[in-house]
Amino acid sequence: MENRNIELDIKVPNHTKYLSLVGRIGEDIAKEIDRYLGDRESLAYQLNLVLTEAMTNAIKYGAPDSSDEKVHILINVGENELSIRIYDCGQGFDINEIPAPDFEKLEDRGRGIFLIRSLMDSVKYVKGRKGNVLEMVKQLH
Amino acid sequence: MNLLTEQIQNTFVIHINEERLDAHNSSDLKLEVQKLFESGNLNLLIDMKDVRFIDSSGLGALVSGFKNATSAQGTLKLSSLQPQVKSMFELTRLHRVFEIFPSAADALRT
Repeated sequence: MENRNIELDIKVPNHTKYLSLVGRIGEDIAKEIDRYLGDRESLAYQLNLVLTEAMTNAIKYGAPDSSDEKVHILINVGENELSIRIYDCGQGFDINEIPAPDFEKLEDRGRGIFLIRSLMDSVKYVKGRKGNVLEMVKQLH
Repeated sequence: MNLLTEQIQNTFVIHINEERLDAHNSSDLKLEVQKLFESGNLNLLIDMKDVRFIDSSGLGALVSGFKNATSAQGTLKLSSLQPQVKSMFELTRLHRVFEIFPSAADALRT
């Protein structure tokens, strides 16, 4: 059987001006996955969004006082699932402690992790000695 | 950020001439809205015809503008949302908060 796996290893400066570049990569990947049976236009938007949100988090909270740092992103498209890992070297956070937004209260912030959780099938954040990783998985079938 | 603001009758219309409203540029929009309300303009419309992507920071900038409008006893309307952008409003329930119109012309008629 033909191996259709794709692995992308991306390192970009930790600046928000690269959000659109990384988001576009997500959109282009969605267009390549012809085995995805859902709406690929929606998948393209979703990958653009989760990459944008996760990279914004990594820039904001990941590496304080280190403008030379890069954001490291690994994207793996397997036969049945797509995974995105975004690494950061900051203090990290406990993803389970982040509450869902209160829809009755109008807050300016606090929707990023909610959006990622809504659009991906599994989301976890693992803190390690040498850095942390936000791992997001989307099933393709 | 490429914003074009024009006055039509008693409404200031902000056209976002960008494909993306995200963490890179949303603070510019937030400041523009804040500036207009602080200058005593009470009716604002943000036309999003060109915006095909919005993230949580972009939504946050619009929420900030809505709160400015409420404080100033003014209005902040939105128009011309592309389908994927509109779906983000629905996912975050913000479609219940904002008055959203199919086009700027529709919004200006109200």
